[in-house]
Amino acid sequence: MTCEELKKIAGEKADLINVRRIVREQAEKLAANTGYRKQVLVCGGTGCTSSHSLQVIEQLEKSFKELGIDDVLIVKTGCFGLCALGPIMIVYPEGAFYSQMTPEHARTVAEKHLVKGGELVKELLYAETVHKDGSVIPFSEIPFYKHQMRIALRNCGVIAAESIEEAIAAGDYQALAKVLTSMTPDEVIAEIKASGLRGRGGAGFPTGLKWQFTKEAKGDIKYVCCNADEGDPGAFMDRSVLEGDPHTVLEAMTIAGYTVGAQEGYIYVRAEYPIAVERLNIAIEQSRKLGLLGKNILGSGFDFDIHVRLGAGAFVCGEETALMASIEGKRGEPRPRPPFSAQCGVFKKPTVLNNVETWANIGPILLNGSAWFSSIGTEKSKGTKVFAVGGKINNVGLVEVPMGTTLRTIVYDIGGGIPDGKAFKAAQTGGPSGGCIPAKYLDIGMDFDNLVAIGSMMGSGGLIVMDEDTCMVDIAKFYLEFTADESCGKCAPCRIGTKRLLELLTKITDGNGEPEDLDKIKELARHMKASSLCALGQSAPNPILSAMEHFGAEYEAHIYDKKCPAGVCKSLLNYYIEPDKCRGCTLCKRNCPVSAISGEVKSAHVIDTKTCIKCGQCIAHCKFGAIVKK
Amino acid sequence: MSQNLFEGTAEQMSELLKCIEAHRDEAGALMPVLHEAQHIYGYLPAEVQTIIAEELGVPLAEVYGVATFYSQFSLSPKGKHRISVCLGTACYVKGSDKILEAIEKELRISCGECTPDKKFSIDSCRCVGACGLAPVMIVDGEVYGKLSAKDVAGILDGYIKD
Repeated sequence: MTCEELKKIAGEKADLINVRRIVREQAEKLAANTGYRKQVLVCGGTGCTSSHSLQVIEQLEKSFKELGIDDVLIVKTGCFGLCALGPIMIVYPEGAFYSQMTPEHARTVAEKHLVKGGELVKELLYAETVHKDGSVIPFSEIPFYKHQMRIALRNCGVIAAESIEEAIAAGDYQALAKVLTSMTPDEVIAEIKASGLRGRGGAGFPTGLKWQFTKEAKGDIKYVCCNADEGDPGAFMDRSVLEGDPHTVLEAMTIAGYTVGAQEGYIYVRAEYPIAVERLNIAIEQSRKLGLLGKNILGSGFDFDIHVRLGAGAFVCGEETALMASIEGKRGEPRPRPPFSAQCGVFKKPTVLNNVETWANIGPILLNGSAWFSSIGTEKSKGTKVFAVGGKINNVGLVEVPMGTTLRTIVYDIGGGIPDGKAFKAAQTGGPSGGCIPAKYLDIGMDFDNLVAIGSMMGSGGLIVMDEDTCMVDIAKFYLEFTADESCGKCAPCRIGTKRLLELLTKITDGNGEPEDLDKIKELARHMKASSLCALGQSAPNPILSAMEHFGAEYEAHIYDKKCPAGVCKSLLNYYIEPDKCRGCTLCKRNCPVSAISGEVKSAHVIDTKTCIKCGQCIAHCKFGAIVKK
Repeated sequence: MSQNLFEGTAEQMSELLKCIEAHRDEAGALMPVLHEAQHIYGYLPAEVQTIIAEELGVPLAEVYGVATFYSQFSLSPKGKHRISVCLGTACYVKGSDKILEAIEKELRISCGECTPDKKFSIDSCRCVGACGLAPVMIVDGEVYGKLSAKDVAGILDGYIKD
């Protein structure tokens, strides 16, 4: 394929994509050029397919046949971001945003809206897009999308996830064409350095510098690797990029190959992401077929190919040396550095490794220029960051905001606040390696350096919101269980340290904590941070240390008063029935496995706290909210 | 290694040898081969590991070392219906531990075990990425989301009757 042929493909589908991107009035005019009266985009990402979006597509196809609709295009895309409301379906050129679709709803929309002369089905639209007076606003103007700026996710939910033609029409491979025809490797490195792009995997290392080190390393064989081993539980931005726009990653890796002098690349992806793996394999095949991977790419004489390697469920493989050992088919154990992977990486050859989201930023930077990119964000953190917002928040989903956006904007404006009117307690960033951000820092700008300054870290972008019902000792214990389980066991500080820390925390949540335990935790944490082999052990104590710093009183309550203020730690709680709320329905009594509840029909029941095993069955069955944990 | 009696068919064996052949000259072939072997047999019995070791010319200790390092590789057989409960942070904060407890109680086995009739096995996993549906459980690839402990019995019933 030549650059001209690439342009031709881009041109053929350009209007089709533009209908989905520009304002409604223009889109309506443009739709006439595309041959399709309307386009229906249905999310085919993991979140929405888990809530049966594929059945929605099937039903649409069936209904179209029955109703004789042949001029409406159905497009299976990647993630739209608002996962809490899946399955999501958007109809263009109107930009109508239907949420929580079912096959029945799909049939209704086909019958009433998608037929010729049809009207919006307002009762099925996402409520936020319908004004009180009945008028419909474009979804890009609702709070969830209004505050976002999409660079890495620019094509997710816009293009058909399994179509290379749509990807090209949306701009993929244009940066590659530009680089191969008009830039030297040194110019590429200079541009990436000038953009200020830092690695999105967690550590925030300058990407341009990484490429430069690998280019300068001696060796005839070099490799380019993509870290798609998104191990932080609760983070799913890398998965969404791979599911929604896999070609942006292939393109960026090829650019890096040209820049550092590599002919082969590996994508190391979690086996837990079957859809992402499938789409990657499809994308690689398509790319090879068009000659965008393989020999003599775009007539430049440059050869490059990419292989996919599956992980097998080991968190430590997100660490670069462990990841590379795993690609080599070994146990995924890290090794001491130096030598760094820029000199000695996969198969002992110079290797450049970047995270999926980092790769997704490369194309736009090279197309739009470093000045554009570095104008976004804060002084030392340029561009945008994708956050996977989850936990106790209304709009669970994927958001991309300029660096420096406040936590308050993310939680309240975009995230829609905390469910059930509960109070915000903290947000955990950086997963098991990060820390918590308490309410007093809600107005801090989220960037690499600010988060480190308050004892947390950016990490890969997982952001778990916790409300007043979350116990900070319990959540620290949860993370320690995770790191103790995932410690590879190679070095003693991490292997033994995580175990001992977990024992200390369990002691506290069991009600056996002693005042000196807090000092023991700090002392042990200090040693682990100083002497663990890799980042897993070095950062494992972070969740406890930050929780102790910001929620010290909660730890003290567990130790001195033997109370769990959030009402979570079972050993520290007793169950009581509030007599004024109890109707005497006997449901709790009948469901208590140890017969700890006594009382007559229609009179208040009582729990014998000595017999009670705190299993929670009574609370689960009580219809009157009469049972409390204190 | 595995205490279970290994029963492999001739078809499985030829499939395994074919997969080893396809990866033989590839650098770092062991992981992809183990993935496919587990797909063929459902788990990685000692006998299969031995064949892989001999065919790839890798010490058995190394094969065993890799097979036991990664949580997705299993040395014991799984049930006909595989249940997996997500214990990732987003699910945990929304009470997935209580979902797991309810399943364990319903099937009278612990996480990581298989029922005596080999019908069900329970595992936990760390994040399938369906955080919008938290808490979730997965049965044979089918995701059940926005669960409460009360929903468990009803879901399992469908598979028990099957």
